[in-house]
Parts: sequence; structure tokens; C-alpha cells
Amino acid sequence: MSTSGATPAFELRAASVRLGGTTVWSELSASVARGEFVALLGANGSGKSTLLRVLLGALALSAGSADVLGAAPGRSARAVGYLPQRRAFDSGTRLRGRDIVRLGLDGDRYGLPLPGRRASAAARARVAEAIELVGASAYAGRAIGEASGGEQQRLLIAQALVRKPDLLLLDEPLDGLDLPSQAAVAALVAHISRSHGMAVLLVAHDVNPLLPYLDRVIYLAGGRAVEGTVEEVITAETLSELHGVPIEVLRASDGRLVVVGAPDPPAHHHDRHNRAGAGAAAHSGAHAH
Amino acid sequence: MSPHLGPNVAQDVSELVEYHFMVNALLAGAIVAVTAGVAGWLMVLRAEAFAGHTLSVMAFPGASAAALAGIPAAWGYYAACALAALAIGRTGSLRGGRTPAPRGEAAAGIALVQAAALAAGFLFLSLYGGVLGDLESDLFGTFLGVSDERLITLLVVGAAVLAVLAAIARPLVFASVDPDVAAAHGVRVRALGSVFLLALGLAVAAASQVTGALLVFSLLVGPAASAQALTSRPLASLVLTVALGLIVAWVGLGVSYFSTYPAGFFIATASCLVYVLARLLAGLRSRRGGPRARLPAAEPAPGEVLA
Repeated sequence: MSTSGATPAFELRAASVRLGGTTVWSELSASVARGEFVALLGANGSGKSTLLRVLLGALALSAGSADVLGAAPGRSARAVGYLPQRRAFDSGTRLRGRDIVRLGLDGDRYGLPLPGRRASAAARARVAEAIELVGASAYAGRAIGEASGGEQQRLLIAQALVRKPDLLLLDEPLDGLDLPSQAAVAALVAHISRSHGMAVLLVAHDVNPLLPYLDRVIYLAGGRAVEGTVEEVITAETLSELHGVPIEVLRASDGRLVVVGAPDPPAHHHDRHNRAGAGAAAHSGAHAH
Repeated sequence: MSPHLGPNVAQDVSELVEYHFMVNALLAGAIVAVTAGVAGWLMVLRAEAFAGHTLSVMAFPGASAAALAGIPAAWGYYAACALAALAIGRTGSLRGGRTPAPRGEAAAGIALVQAAALAAGFLFLSLYGGVLGDLESDLFGTFLGVSDERLITLLVVGAAVLAVLAAIARPLVFASVDPDVAAAHGVRVRALGSVFLLALGLAVAAASQVTGALLVFSLLVGPAASAQALTSRPLASLVLTVALGLIVAWVGLGVSYFSTYPAGFFIATASCLVYVLARLLAGLRSRRGGPRARLPAAEPAPGEVLA
């Protein structure tokens, strides 16, 4: 995979999207450089997943332009890894984790894999390598439905990685995981991004587990976007201006950011914060929206 | 001589294969077991049993339309199954978009296809004004009357279904378990679903020639669900599905020959038995393994600094 190259991993220029007659966001300009680890933040319904769908080529812009890895969105699909927002696999899904990862490699091919020894051995090696990378080797041989949420998420990241993409799009990969798993998956993604020079755009609800690793954030609100470092974007001024209501940003002694007053439904994961102990009191705003 | 099931299995089997019609029945059973087994394996994986059931009741509109048109009932069944498969595929795409309809919505569409088809069947029957012949064998299956011609039709249909399924196997499995990522990889999730239903419809029509329309599920679901309960390795469970299907079909036909009851009854019973045994075995195995040690979430990933 190329880590050099002047072309950004993706670039949106004055891009607008309309869905069902409503403008989701407009005049949005943002880009991510090769090898960068960027979080895409914003309230529910601010158009984060919509942005991913645009980058995947599944949704056309109503205005503006988009480049992904130097081509139109969807044209370089093989070089883009994608992890959709999802619930867990049905517990009755009778395929192994390894098979799910393998589908990411050649599941789009028609016909049966010829038992040509070299090609299929190479494919198996590639699958094993991706599984090893996410530390899922111990349970990749079990049915995916039997794996825990965190285990499934690791296997799905392996699936997104198995083609060695240049750009990885992760839609809320931390959602539904307990705090230790969130921290572990965030560390894993950061490690892969660094060691493989892979650009990562990670949609998140809560910026805190990602704080140690992020290069930049893109923050969507009110149909607009602001990009920059965490220090530049997650500030009372920027967020108040974006949301159009007064917002306070507090920094806890451990570095965690607490956003107070963001117009968003109340946090739905109190229990996770309580379990974490530290910061439990700040649950109402421990996520950056 | 009248068939008599003796203690000597080898002798019983040699008696079975003495008759041309019985050899044809066993060959038909084998073709159907393989075809329905593979199609059923995918159906179980896709959780589309309701669609499969709807296709199996197409025997009624199919047979009554065939009677009205004056063509063999089997042809009516093949045509009705194919039409219903296309209709179910269309109901899924009425809402547009590339990803499959939510399960509840899909089920409503399938139910309406089923109701419309049964209504059409009654209409055809009234227009025909007669009584459907061979009703019992259409419903419950028979080992009689598998002519050479019918056997060749079965072989052609079975081979076509298997060829199509082999061609689309990988993207179909991808689209079944992981539709969003499959779509992002350029897999045409909806179109594949429709092609699969068509293949499933033909497999159902073929299988019902042996098991009867009401008991088609015994070959479609039983072996596949049993195999998937026993192993999550895809190739192993597919091979096991076909093997169990062959056993169920042949044992059912063989026992039926020595009795006075329809083949479908024995095939369905054997299929249920196999499923119960498979479930018991799977339960026993997981209990002996104890509550499987959940892999410690603490298993450190490379480069993991927080846990």
C-alpha cells in the first residue's frame, strides 16, 4: 500500500447532500491525508454516516465534488475498507469468524475458488495475517455468533483490513462496547493506522477513548463541518458557534473532555461510564457532541 | 411377490434395486437430496424458510393451472415456483434501494404472494371444473411413476440449479450474512437474492416430485439445519448436508417401498429424527466442553496500550 503520494486519502470540496428533499449538509469541505487518523464527530442525525456513504460511492452529491484516493468515490472500492454501523451478528449465524474475514477478501467474486494450491494458500495466509493483526486468532475458528461484541468487532475490523486498504472507514466501531474494549479497539486502530500508513476516518459518538491517538477531528453540526485538531475544534467557542447555543467544554484532570449543553438526546450509556468509575459524575457530557 | 422387509439388509436392498421404477425413484431421491440440500443450506443461512415454504405451496396453483392448460402437473409446478420466486424478489424491491427489505416487511410481501397464489389456484380449479388427479401423491410424494423422462427432467433442473448456486455462492453468502459490506464491495445484494429465490423455487419444485409438496421441507431444511447445528465450517457443513440428505431420501424411499404409506411420510420422519439427533449431539458437545471459555477480552492486541 502506498503511504506517499500527494493525493489525499479523500477530499470533499463544497460538497452538499440532499436526502428526501432535506439538505443533510452543504458546502462541506474536508480532507484526510494519507496515513492520518481522523475522527468524525457530531450529534445523531448530523450526517456522519451519510458522509461515509458518499465516500463509498453509494450516495451521490447534489453539489460540489469528492475524490477518494485520487478517483471518483466508488471507483477505488478495492482500496477502501469499510466497517458499517451495525448490531451484532445473529447468534445463530453458523459461519466462523475466519469465514467472515475471508468474505472481505474475495466474497465479491463469482464462481467457486479453484483448488489452485498457491492462490488459495496465499488467500488463507492473508486472512490469517489480518486476524493476527487484530489479535483475534484465538477465536477466529469459532462461529461468529458465539463471539462477544468486542470479539466480533475485532473480526470485522480484520475483515475491513484484509485487502490492505489505503483508506479505512469505520462507522461507530466503539458503539456498544464496554469501556475497556473501546480503549482496546481505539488503540488497535491507531496502531494499524501508524504501522501501515493507512488513513482512517472513524465515526464516533464519544471522542474520549480516541483522544490519545487522533491526528485531527471533523465535527459535523447544523449542516456544516469544522476540521482541525481536538484542541482547535472541541472548544466552547467553536462548538457554541456550530450549534448556535452556548456550550461549555471542561477538561477533567485525566484529560477527558466533557461537553456540557450540546443539544443532543441524553447519553444512553450511563452504565458504561459508571462502570469505569472515574468520570462517572460527568456522564451527561462525557462525549463530544 | 409382495414386498417384505426382512432382517437381512443386503437382501432387502437387492430386492429394492431389482425394479426399474425403484431404481428410478432412488436416483430421483439422490438428485433431489443433493439439489434441495445445497439450496436448503443457503436458505437456512439466509433465514428464508418462509420464502421456501411459500414456494412449496405453489404445488396447488401450479397443478390446477396445469390441469386447466392440459399440461403435466410437474410443469405447472416448475412454472408456478419460478413465478412466485420472481414475485417474492419483486416485493422485496418495491421500496427501492440496494439493500434488502427489513425482515418483517419482507415477510409481509411473501405472505401476500402466498395468499394471491392460493387464490389463483382456487380460481384455476373452479375454471377447470374437475378433480385434480394424483392429489395424494402430489401432496405426500410417491416412489411410483418416476419415469425415465421425469428423471431426466429432474437431472437437468438439478444440474442447472447447482450450477447457478455454485456460480453465485460466494457473493450470495457475503450478501446473506453481511449485506452492507457486500454492497460496499460491489456485490449486487438484491439481484443475487432474486436469483437465489429462483434457484430455490426450482429446487423446491424438483424435490416435491419425490417428497410431495407438503413435505418438501424435510429435504430442504432438515439436513441443512442439522449440519449447521453440528459444524460452523462451511465446506464441512455443506458436505454433511448432502450426505444427510442422501441418507434421509434413500432410507425414506426404501422403507416406503416395504410399507403401504407414502414416501414423503418416511422422508419427513427421518429428516426430523436426524435434526433431533443433531441438536442433541450439538448440545451434548457444548455441555461437555463446559461453558466455552470466553476468550479473555484482555487478550492483548499488538500495540495495545490501554485495556
